[in-house]
Amino acid sequence: MYINTGKSWARGFGAGFWVQGDRAVIAFESAAYNYGGGELLSDVTLRLAPGSFHFLTGPSGSGKTTFLKMAYAELLPTAGHVTIFDREVKTLGRDDVAAVRRRIGVVHQDVQFLDHLPLATNMQLPLIVSGKKTSADDLNELLKWVGLSHLADALPPSLSGGERQRAALARAIIMGPDVIIADEPTGNVDWEMSLRLLTLLVELNRMGKTILIATHDLNLIRQAKNQIPTRVLRISKRRIQLAGADL
Amino acid sequence: MRLPKPITRALALMSPDSRSDRVVPPSGHTAWLTTFTAAAMTFLCVFAMALSLASGRLATRWSDALARTSTIRLSAPPGQMEAQTAAILALLAATPGVESARALTDAENRALLEPWFGPELPVEELPLPGLIEVTEADPGYDTDGLRQRLRAEAPGAVLDDHARWRRPLAEAASKLRMLGLLSIILIGTAMAAMVTLAASASLEANAQVVRVLRLVGARDQYIARAFVRRFTLRAFSGACIGAVFGLIGVLILPRADAAGAFLTGLGFTGWGWLLPFVLPPLVGLVAFFSTRYAALRKLREFR
Ligand SMILES: Nc1ncnc2c1ncn2[C@@H]1O[C@H](COP(=O)(O)OP(=O)(O)O)[C@@H](O)[C@H]1O
Ligand SMILES: [Mg+2]
Repeated sequence: MYINTGKSWARGFGAGFWVQGDRAVIAFESAAYNYGGGELLSDVTLRLAPGSFHFLTGPSGSGKTTFLKMAYAELLPTAGHVTIFDREVKTLGRDDVAAVRRRIGVVHQDVQFLDHLPLATNMQLPLIVSGKKTSADDLNELLKWVGLSHLADALPPSLSGGERQRAALARAIIMGPDVIIADEPTGNVDWEMSLRLLTLLVELNRMGKTILIATHDLNLIRQAKNQIPTRVLRISKRRIQLAGADL
Repeated sequence: MRLPKPITRALALMSPDSRSDRVVPPSGHTAWLTTFTAAAMTFLCVFAMALSLASGRLATRWSDALARTSTIRLSAPPGQMEAQTAAILALLAATPGVESARALTDAENRALLEPWFGPELPVEELPLPGLIEVTEADPGYDTDGLRQRLRAEAPGAVLDDHARWRRPLAEAASKLRMLGLLSIILIGTAMAAMVTLAASASLEANAQVVRVLRLVGARDQYIARAFVRRFTLRAFSGACIGAVFGLIGVLILPRADAAGAFLTGLGFTGWGWLLPFVLPPLVGLVAFFSTRYAALRKLREFR
């Protein structure tokens, strides 16, 4: 089943469903991406409704990261259209891209920090670059949430992979973004921490944030489904499909 | 007071924002190269300025020579003085290439000698040579021909065309001034190029920093500011050092009386001493714009 939002069958699934009429924070329309060796993703048409919670799965190398990059305007589709907050990404100037990134918190697969600044400062970076401040209480709360209170003053190169991912998630949500996109956020963390991060994401979703997570951790998806209505997208044969009920 | 918009924007870009500065890591061992370059360039610039100003003065001072005047000195027995002067003036009037000629009066002679002998000199009673001022036409007269005819007319007459050899010197002086100006322009351009290179290299070296900053939503202006501030301040402080050393260098040049004719002029006079102080802000401005250009250009490589 391909995702075709324009069709009437896609309507009427009720609030919170990912294909919901015309309202969308991020919309793909016949979008494709090609790194140069043929299309990696073809004819992607879907809408992420405000407040929806999506998982994206697919084998390694199937294009999950590529899809997410299109969703936060890092890559422009090589065919078709991508619209973020009602703006066609191709029309975004450099300052517009910066503005979009302030509304989308991203946890990258290859998490990068400013290695010369302590973790706490790195977590506040989105606020710093947009001239905002956060209270020490909020910061400490966030540090506690991701279990990094004891590492607030540590420099990023001294952190483990899991710690970096948790710090990246904290950095992604500190601005209170409308959308949170995470690329395999539990790739390097143990099950207990995975659940904690999931709880955090579920909590954010209940607050109305739109969430899109690439993962191949099926247990995590099952766990999420027990807590909140979620949808699972699967990349298969260059297309993005809605995964079946087996999940 | 309301400043023009480009200036307020420039000032905003320079305003201390410790946080925006901190997001770019300290630049390590190559940081001093920009300061050094600015210092060396400013030092050279002070000398180019001194050279340019001095040769300008020299060209002006020697431009008397360009008025094409020479002198005929006539020594004759007191009785024949007037007759020979008249004969020479007649001869000059008939010489092609001579525009005009006139004998200096006693008063003028006294004025010429006053600096050496004081005002009480009894000019009339001294056997002083008579002086005839010759103004040359363009093209000038034939010196050897005039000398021969003078010898025939008045054996005691000597044609002194000292001013003539100065003419190529005056030309050289104004060419030297042009060279000095050209050097200043070249030094400025070279410095802009070097600061641009240094800033680009610094952005290149900090690619990860730039990428992370863009990813968390930093605008180009914000990222550029950290680099621009840094390089502008470095160039400015380097220029201050260079200007001070340049001035010291000019100051320790030998004074007018101590050295030969040309070197005496190499320095600043009056308001000219203030010129080197214009250099640091100017260098800062050059660094500001070249870093800004480099940064905004480089940043386009990151989405
Ligand atoms: N910058 C790039 N240039 C060329 N090919 C790339 C680039 N990035 C990714 N790819 C290729 O695109 C495919 C999908 O990559 P990616 O989107 O990272 O997949 P996933 O995240 O699902 O593992 C891979 O085969 C990868 O080699
Ligand atoms: Mg990936």
